[in-house]
Amino acid sequence: MNKEKFDYFINSEKGKYEVIIGLEVHAQVLSNSKLFSGSSTKFGANPNNQVSLIDSAFPGMLPVINEECIKQAVKTGLGLNAKINNYSVFDRKNYFYADLPQGYQISQYKSPIVGEGKVTLDMPYGSKEVGIERLHLEQDAGKSIHDMDPQYTYVDLNRSGIALMEIVSKPDIRSPEEVNAYIKKLRTIMRYLGTCDGNMQEGSLRADVNVSVRKIGDKKLGTRCEIKNVNSIKFMQMAIEYEAKRQVELLDNGKNIEQETRLFDTKKNETRSMRSKEDAHDYRYFPDPDLLPLTLEEKMIDDLKKSLPELPDKKKERFINEYGLSPYEANVLVSEKEISDFYEEVAKLSDKKLAATWMMGDLFAMLNNKGLNISNSPITAKNFAELIQSIKSGEISGRIAKEVFEIMVQSGDNPKKIIESKGMKQQSDPKELEKMINEILTKNKDKVDQYKAGKEKLFGFFVGEVMKLSGGKANPQLTNEVLKKLLKG
Amino acid sequence: MSDLTNKNLKEIVENIKLKKISSLDLTQAYIKNIEGAKKLNTFVTTTFDQALEKAKQFDQKPNYDQILPGIPLAVKDLFCTENVKTTAGSNILNNFVPSYESTVTKNLWDSGAFLLGKLNCDEFAMGSSNETSFFGNVINPIGDQLVPGGSSGGSSSALAANLTPATIGTDTGGSIRQPASFTGTVGLKPTYGLCSRWGIVAFASSLDQAGPMTKTVTDCAIMLEAMSGFDEKDSTSIDKKKEFYSKNLKDNIKGLKIGIPKEYRVDNMPKEIDELWEKGKKILKNLGAQLIDISLPHTKYALPTYYIVAPAEASSNLARYDGVRYGYRSQKSKDLIDMYENTRSEGFGDEVKRRILIGTYVLSSGYYDAYYLKAQKVRQLIKKDFDNNFTKVDAILTPSTPSSAFKIGEKTNDPVSMYLNDIFTVPVNLAGLPALSLPAGVDKQGYPLGLQLIGKPLDEQKILNIGYAFEKNCSFKNKINKWWL
Amino acid sequence: MSLDKEKIKHVAKLARISLDEAKVNSLTKDLNSIFKFIEQLNELNTDKIEPLTSILNESLRSRKDQISDGKIREKILKNSPQKNEEFFVVPKVVE
Repeated sequence: MNKEKFDYFINSEKGKYEVIIGLEVHAQVLSNSKLFSGSSTKFGANPNNQVSLIDSAFPGMLPVINEECIKQAVKTGLGLNAKINNYSVFDRKNYFYADLPQGYQISQYKSPIVGEGKVTLDMPYGSKEVGIERLHLEQDAGKSIHDMDPQYTYVDLNRSGIALMEIVSKPDIRSPEEVNAYIKKLRTIMRYLGTCDGNMQEGSLRADVNVSVRKIGDKKLGTRCEIKNVNSIKFMQMAIEYEAKRQVELLDNGKNIEQETRLFDTKKNETRSMRSKEDAHDYRYFPDPDLLPLTLEEKMIDDLKKSLPELPDKKKERFINEYGLSPYEANVLVSEKEISDFYEEVAKLSDKKLAATWMMGDLFAMLNNKGLNISNSPITAKNFAELIQSIKSGEISGRIAKEVFEIMVQSGDNPKKIIESKGMKQQSDPKELEKMINEILTKNKDKVDQYKAGKEKLFGFFVGEVMKLSGGKANPQLTNEVLKKLLKG
Repeated sequence: MSDLTNKNLKEIVENIKLKKISSLDLTQAYIKNIEGAKKLNTFVTTTFDQALEKAKQFDQKPNYDQILPGIPLAVKDLFCTENVKTTAGSNILNNFVPSYESTVTKNLWDSGAFLLGKLNCDEFAMGSSNETSFFGNVINPIGDQLVPGGSSGGSSSALAANLTPATIGTDTGGSIRQPASFTGTVGLKPTYGLCSRWGIVAFASSLDQAGPMTKTVTDCAIMLEAMSGFDEKDSTSIDKKKEFYSKNLKDNIKGLKIGIPKEYRVDNMPKEIDELWEKGKKILKNLGAQLIDISLPHTKYALPTYYIVAPAEASSNLARYDGVRYGYRSQKSKDLIDMYENTRSEGFGDEVKRRILIGTYVLSSGYYDAYYLKAQKVRQLIKKDFDNNFTKVDAILTPSTPSSAFKIGEKTNDPVSMYLNDIFTVPVNLAGLPALSLPAGVDKQGYPLGLQLIGKPLDEQKILNIGYAFEKNCSFKNKINKWWL
Repeated sequence: MSLDKEKIKHVAKLARISLDEAKVNSLTKDLNSIFKFIEQLNELNTDKIEPLTSILNESLRSRKDQISDGKIREKILKNSPQKNEEFFVVPKVVE
């Protein structure tokens, strides 16, 4: 950890405060069906169409657990370098809400499926470790819709019973920037593992944010407030900034901070107390008698361990060692599994370093402009590798390569074909170049004389003429050499 | 021909198989009985038209290979029945019509039986006298002013009054065995996990078990065979091969060791109960069983433990009755929370409210360890008591109840005295064991009394065998004079 | 310990059951006698006893991840006291 370079503090007249942040991330498990029922988890269905009698808690309905959700939680735990508990218990968390049909959420309280782990963040001031307290499985609630009718709330239970992983961090995070890095890192890991799609717009990744402040030098943690259910990184950051300032102001004025649940109002950009949740703090957890304790066999855990893909931290290290990339380049190229796969395919067929430069430059810019991502890139890895190879071998110049790239984007064609059909090959034959340059020198005898008389700036003019005549295809390095030689003579 | 409804299930099945009676005639005979017995208030819902239709279908295309061929059955109104109102004895489910059939009832229908109607019970099976039902108390055919026991009081009463040839109930703390004992009938609570809980309105999930209520032990074996079995929809259902209890019924119990627990001789127990127990011991001894004195030291803590565990689970199980998706909703509400509070206040009766509050309290912050956790620890001790003794004995003999049927209203004002009714039955639920209540005699008023045989987990066959042998040698005869006609 | 009226009101609030004053009074009486009975358990020392989490000595059984349910909106909504074609309808929630 590199604490001294860390610089997010709240300064007030009465002192300098640091902000202590812990996150409870709710990540939707990737599975076909729900945690305890056979209804689909697909996003965007018609209201109440993906609801079974179990999800809507009809009398006498009973939960049966989905094996895939167990595996996904274990995989995620392994990806977080965490302890897998081969004995865990499902508990009921009791509270009333219109979109909670059972009147309780099945969750894990005292004995979660995954214990302590850690995540490494790459911050500008170095790498930083954030501890994971635990990961447990639980059911999602349905959705209450308040704005379809002035008098009534509408309830859609499609989401009710979908499996979530609640990933609880230790209070190790110290700034909105670190929140950003933490969430992105979690998302990257889970996407590598295929355990959560990390789609925040669709609500697949949400977080409760715990914030407290303390004066620099204090050892004891301050009273924390929990900001519920924030669904974008930007809002998390805004909520933290607002909440930290609010707490500092209270402390500066000699007031106490009340431990409470707060809501982030995205319109007003402020947090406020959720009074309705006050008595709901008493969740009356107890082991769900409809389920038995979950025991995991060592073999199952081992098999999952063996099946894990290479994870971003490992891959980054390998990219640096194997491909000679800078830590920055490696970091960017491992940020999504699809990007790293694309890069590796390209790197195998072409120059590793040049491939990285071109991917992070032109390719990403193009994808970004078009609102595309690497998996639906109009340029395939194979074609992209050919383009890089053509540059590397001197077949085409960098400038021409940009043109070829554009055509590849439009047509999806192979670069060789484009270069050939459009005659874009770089002129690298010294004899051909000499012929062309002699022609130009003959045509511009006056300028040759001026150059020879000492007006060396004219060198650029001759280069320009060569490029013009060759249609930009003249090999720049060779052009320089030949020009120099002929102008001397 | 003679009135078949006086006969037991086995005899009725034989008569159907020998074509001495049609399913339709049989069904009509029961309908006639039911219509004449409205005073007993046993039925919440009748499904006569549907039953007659099923009977006709059976007669047209009989399948005599099934174990309940063309048999009409009424069941406790705690089992969800497809397209037939299911109330659990509560106002809050007064208008609830499930679109699904409980696994246990489906098993019965798959064995050839069909539904005659839904039987009254204590609200959400919380009660020992059937006085907590929203649909009014049930009366015991034994006597005009007597309770039929609870919570499966409608079931015991209907069975004893010949309104159904056999029936099923649920037993969370004695709700099958105590009413069986009060009506001179046979009741079995199976091992936890033997019968699926899927589709049964839940009271306390770790204790609830469905089981048969019948006139004889043989009938009990037939019904258990039909209703039990592994169900993948219930995570607590035991995955094991189906057993053929009726075919394997044997009356030779020579050499079996029967435990007699000293802790079941409680203070103030009526002399008649003691005498009944002695009579039971003697019968078993004469049949060649060996009686062994045993100790179940934590017995007295079973009931207090039960009154923590069951309400705790119930408070959570009953949270789903909120007026949103089914059942009753109060119209007096200005917002959501108001709607919940009024719906649940108007929808639940007093006993249910009491238990929800007890359960909520024992789970609440600051009290969990002192009550709920403590109870789970004592439950462990109670289970160990049984485990320790079952290495020495094959079964345990105790009285079923500390008294015979009491008068309506006699105990409604004192919840604890009502709860004490289940003192002998509750330990079995806490330990997940099977137990059979057998009619064994009468008290000085002529009211029936029962004895309980407790078995090891999944040892239903053995306690049925002991019960079968006992029944043959006990010469108990239920005397019901049909005073309601 | 004894349960006072305030405690009972709080617990009733948690359980979402409205109670009038008369009910609070009768429940206070009933619950106190029940808890007196329950508290016999305090005679037992259970410090070294493991709580019983499940009566069955088995591990949780799991099912395959297959879509086998849902698409029964009509059945789901059929029994609701207030609904429209797509949703359950409840009084507004006051946050």
